[in-house]
Amino acid sequence: MQEGKGWNPYLAGGLSGIVSILSVWVTGHYLGASTTFVRASGMVEKIFAPEKLTQLEYFVRHAPKIDWQFMVVIGIMIGAFAAAVTSGSFRLQAVPDMWRERFGPSVAKRAAVAFVGGIIALFGVRLADGCPSGHGLSGALQLAVSGYIALIAFFVGGVIVARIIYGKGDEK
Amino acid sequence: MNILLAGLITGILFGFFLQKGRVLRYDKQLGALRLKDFIIVKFMLSHIIVAMIGVYLLYDLGLVKLSIKPAIVGGVALGGLLFGVGWALLGYCPGTSLGALGEGRWDALWGILGMLVGAGLYAEAYPFMKATVLTWGNFGKITIPQALGINHWLVIGLVVAAAAYLLFIIEKHEQKEPAA
Repeated sequence: MQEGKGWNPYLAGGLSGIVSILSVWVTGHYLGASTTFVRASGMVEKIFAPEKLTQLEYFVRHAPKIDWQFMVVIGIMIGAFAAAVTSGSFRLQAVPDMWRERFGPSVAKRAAVAFVGGIIALFGVRLADGCPSGHGLSGALQLAVSGYIALIAFFVGGVIVARIIYGKGDEK
Repeated sequence: MNILLAGLITGILFGFFLQKGRVLRYDKQLGALRLKDFIIVKFMLSHIIVAMIGVYLLYDLGLVKLSIKPAIVGGVALGGLLFGVGWALLGYCPGTSLGALGEGRWDALWGILGMLVGAGLYAEAYPFMKATVLTWGNFGKITIPQALGINHWLVIGLVVAAAAYLLFIIEKHEQKEPAA
């Protein structure tokens, strides 16, 4: 299977670690992503139900505004686009290869599971107060107890459900 | 520097390396969760080791502050498990979903929409969570060195050794069974 050219993951991971260091040094901010989804969700609610926004404590705490992390999340999309284009690995794809092998080419089926998965993932990540970036990278690198509990829980939950949906799957 | 511009530059660099490391893909994320493809583990551990050493050096020099999230065992463990369930279904996490979209894997869009709904639902559920799950086992903003009462460089040494050992096992395993 053609994967597109990539870099050694140790190199790419190490360089991204340097980005983390510089970010903390220059701006005082540690990488994270999931709070931005709360802020963006608040922006959507602001359009359709503005009075509700002031009633919900969570949206008051995480006000719908564009902050440092919001820009990081937008930047990730731009950076990924630039990297994909320069390595010739940009590919418009509606159904991932591994998914297609197991569940077929239906876009609707993939969309439904991805949507439900997204709801569960973000609900869980806010309950945990951080995602694989905020807890898994930033928490772990600071030796936070919470980061290591989260990292283990992320993988335990994920491995169990991946086993349920893909089976033992020793065949390709 | 303008803080929003700094965020954008940080994100662009981070997204660039995530894509070059090939960790944005559903196949790689599920590959890790199916214990078949460890590219994400290699990327994450490299990031953690490099940044951990760098940040703690700067911390010892008094140039940076730590920003620790509280270890509320109920919230972090239950929320973390729940996130894992959603992660396995979606195949992207909050940060990588935007990156996946950037490299053309537009099934991430359904996940992003779902995550916006999930954020809204959590805002509704927050008062309940605050009164229940988020009160279970709160140990505060604590680090492993603080919990153990030992110097952080000792813990850093142990984490690096553990990560190196794990990566050694992974590399050995892959020599026997090359990833697809």
